[in-house]
Amino acid sequence: MNLSFSEEDLKFQDEVRSFIAENYPADIKNKMDNGIPVSKDDIQTWQRILSKKGWFAVNWPEEYGGTGWSITQKHIFQNELANANTPTLVPFGVSMCGPVVYTFGTQEQKDRFLPGIINNDVWWCQGYSEPGSGSDLASLKTKAVKDGDHYIVNGTKTWTTMAQHADWIFCLVRTETTDVKQQGISFLLIDMKTPGVEVKPIITIDGSHEVNMVYLDNVKVPVENLIGEEGAGWNIAKFLLAHERTGIGGIPALKREIRRLREITSELPLGEGFLKDDELFMDKLNKLEIDLLAAEYSELRTLAAMSKGGHPGPESSILKIKGTDLQQGLSDLFVEALGYYAHPFMSEEDLISNEGRIGPDFAANVMPHYLNYRKVSIYGGSNEIQRNVIAKAVLGI
Amino acid sequence: MDFSLSEEQQLLKDSITTFVDKDYLFDVRQKNIKSDLGYSSDFWKTFADLGWLGMPFSEADGGYNGGPIDLMVIMESLGRGLVVEPYIPNVVLAGGLVSRLGSDEQKTELLPKIISGEIQMSVAFSEPQSRFDLNDVITSAKKDGENYIIDGYKAVVMNGPSSNNIIIVARTSGNQLDKEGLSLFIVDPSLNGVSSRNYSNVDGSKASEITLENVSTPASSLLGNEGEAFSALEEVIDLATLAISAEAVGIMEKMNEITLEYTKTREQFGETLSSFQALQHRMVDTFMAYEQTKSLLLMCAAKLTDKSDDAKKAVSALKYQVGIAAKHVGEESIQLHGGMGVTDETNIGHYFKRLTTIRAIFGNTDYHLKRYSAL
Repeated sequence: MNLSFSEEDLKFQDEVRSFIAENYPADIKNKMDNGIPVSKDDIQTWQRILSKKGWFAVNWPEEYGGTGWSITQKHIFQNELANANTPTLVPFGVSMCGPVVYTFGTQEQKDRFLPGIINNDVWWCQGYSEPGSGSDLASLKTKAVKDGDHYIVNGTKTWTTMAQHADWIFCLVRTETTDVKQQGISFLLIDMKTPGVEVKPIITIDGSHEVNMVYLDNVKVPVENLIGEEGAGWNIAKFLLAHERTGIGGIPALKREIRRLREITSELPLGEGFLKDDELFMDKLNKLEIDLLAAEYSELRTLAAMSKGGHPGPESSILKIKGTDLQQGLSDLFVEALGYYAHPFMSEEDLISNEGRIGPDFAANVMPHYLNYRKVSIYGGSNEIQRNVIAKAVLGI
Repeated sequence: MDFSLSEEQQLLKDSITTFVDKDYLFDVRQKNIKSDLGYSSDFWKTFADLGWLGMPFSEADGGYNGGPIDLMVIMESLGRGLVVEPYIPNVVLAGGLVSRLGSDEQKTELLPKIISGEIQMSVAFSEPQSRFDLNDVITSAKKDGENYIIDGYKAVVMNGPSSNNIIIVARTSGNQLDKEGLSLFIVDPSLNGVSSRNYSNVDGSKASEITLENVSTPASSLLGNEGEAFSALEEVIDLATLAISAEAVGIMEKMNEITLEYTKTREQFGETLSSFQALQHRMVDTFMAYEQTKSLLLMCAAKLTDKSDDAKKAVSALKYQVGIAAKHVGEESIQLHGGMGVTDETNIGHYFKRLTTIRAIFGNTDYHLKRYSAL
């Protein structure tokens, strides 16, 4: 047993750290550090910087442009990105559609779709959930009916994150109605510019526009956009669920945020002293920090097992539950730290206006973040679904 | 990064697991804890023969040079078997202090006998008012010619009843809460003025209340320098905290297995208990509590091995987590067993009792949360 980084790992850490220090654009950093929402352009700019360095499709096989890094190196990389507070990489292309295409796609499909993902020229979104199919994903009803060399797709997708920015959507569609609902599902790639595709925003309780409804009305999709065999889509969906689970707990960002909260307790006045003098609050902070330490080492154990050739199985469900519990718990502690100053609502315009902000500088995002983060125990397979997964896979029930 | 055990550590684990599964049977244990001794001297001999008692000592002292990870491996496996034989009081606490502070004579006299299992020892560090604060010591020792005169009271001394020698923490100078001025004395409990009230704890282990009245002990019984015992005591208790946390992790792993097995066989409403989602999710939560604790256990063992700057903080993080998880896993295991969980004949209740006492041993969650915050 040896939990320290090797010499090479430490050298790699230095290399990543200096690259970020030298290449992270100041204007984007300023927005991130001051809680001003970043635009699609900002994200694209940053992702292209990483891509140019060959550090974007980190987990892809080297033949498709991946890094060939060890699991420890990937872990270091994620930590450094989080420490520098860089924009979260958008997963839909690089972490989801890409791996599906290089795993299940034909050579022609690989040539056609992978470069756009890795170069950040094409933006993807995910068409999974439907108004009637949330946790019970396999009950989806969006229909794709074959008509010559096309599918005609009809249905509605929902909770589609960033659909308003996306060029393409990867969809689970029903190509056949069968007794077993997991059968007859296919994996289809759809150009968002195709006639019949309509995107309508869903505004969430934090006031932001992240998610959308996507209406598909007689959308004509060429059959060459089918990935894998017709009716084999559920296998691809399961592959995606098990894939790219490392980092699902968002541990590196949590470590940065809890450090930030600890700093804040020395800055926020309380009576004649500071918030850090409030023992009850500090107890909660310390408890959360210990819980986070446990989650961090649980993740490292999973990574270490994977680097020896193991697969992330149900452990990723544990990390998802623990990570999202911590994300919600920490977002709540930020709200508690602010007292009344968690309440003023600041629009995006307010954030950059000359009038200045109300209350402490960081306050504007705190409540929206808390509200927004109610989603994390719901998405990606609700935490109740994750418990079902663990019960089946680990407890053998 | 590597979390796997070395080949030797894996062999050690296998050998204890085999012993626990084949020889350390529940009804045998229950019989042993009701005996006067409270454990099996034959099993203790086995521990010595298999080298487990010599593990943490240096080769120069006749041991096997084992480190915190070896100790973790031993205690996790012993925990799974609900082993009551006093490994921690003898090997980790008393042996730990003697090997760190002992003179050549003291080491030569005591360590071979600890390693061979010939003698039993314990460390009397707690007092009624001190709870978990190692520096809170009223018991006093005053130099008197060639002797020290000790007066005081020691509370819930683990393995007190069997001990041939008890290491008494006493104050030779300073005030009640000072870290300076603490000294250790190796005291023969048959000395005039030492009286012990011996009893069983709810977990089957034995302990003593020890009163010291005008006890005259030779200066040669002083262990380490006068007034400088605190840092070694803290270091040894930290290692013992890792050990007992490993025991708790072994116990929780076993309790989760027993409970899962029970729910897979017990039927109500025509279905096994394990088919009910309300119960499945609770077992997932106890499994996660175990996993989280195991992760911190590994982290702590590694940090103690590396003598890392934040090792003390890691110990307190671990013991805090052990306290939280032990309550959660313990209480849920009983609840999921229904009425059977509260019967004396079922093993789960006995695991629960040990896990519950571990919550307080070497500091409960409140104590370690405070220590974590202060470090």
